[in-house]
Amino acid sequence: MWFEDVLFFIAAIGALAGALGVVILQNPFYSVLSLVCHLLGLAVLFLLLNAEFIAAAQVVVYAGAVMVLYLFVVAYIGGADEPLRPESGGIALFGPVFAFCVAVELCIAFIASGLKALNTDGPDVGAGFGSPGAIGELLLTNFLIPFEAASFLLLVAAIGAVVLARRRRGLES
Amino acid sequence: METTWYLVLSAFIFAIGVSGVISRRNPLVVLLCLELMLNAGNLALVAFSRMHGGEAGQVFALIVMVIAACEVVIGLGIIVAMYRNRLPIDIDEMSELRG
Repeated sequence: MWFEDVLFFIAAIGALAGALGVVILQNPFYSVLSLVCHLLGLAVLFLLLNAEFIAAAQVVVYAGAVMVLYLFVVAYIGGADEPLRPESGGIALFGPVFAFCVAVELCIAFIASGLKALNTDGPDVGAGFGSPGAIGELLLTNFLIPFEAASFLLLVAAIGAVVLARRRRGLES
Repeated sequence: METTWYLVLSAFIFAIGVSGVISRRNPLVVLLCLELMLNAGNLALVAFSRMHGGEAGQVFALIVMVIAACEVVIGLGIIVAMYRNRLPIDIDEMSELRG
């Protein structure tokens, strides 16, 4: 039991540090690498929550495919260092203050909510909880329409990206 | 671990993403911060799914990941189009959306 607690704190610190790195680091290339660290931390947390399939999808789809796409674009447009905010005050101060307010508000909402089960580990679940078989069965029975809508949305997004990023010859110039 | 810990962690990750969206100017980094916010939502969904002992929340998290992938593809397409048209890669300069 103590092993799970230690693993939770290690993964949580990794996820938080990765998230902070995305915001603080000035070079977009390092921001992307920091997001990979964040995603791996989250994958460990998903494993701790008995969500095996989500953890695997997170590592393969997010930390693998999507981040490679980001790295290609950063390499293509040239990741120049960017100062966080040249002018001091104003929105540079507003961002962190607003974020702190959001965090405090969300924590108050979570802790003050009347959910009795929040202070428990959740019910005991069987070995098949969160396995690919269980998720796949749900996707093809209860959630068939969202599943098909998601696949159609991916198709639309792929075509849209090709249309957006293609070379336009003879249209504008 | 108790569910509250996961929820508080997801609240902090969401807040970090909000601060990045507000205070960064590079659209690539703004997209990364949007990913942070979506991932915080995912963590809360999976934590609640564990709390209830049902897998529906994990299916929602999968759908959120699909939405995030679509958003990334479209956002990166727009950034590449900006670069091709020699527009500055800076969201403060992008005050109008014309094709």
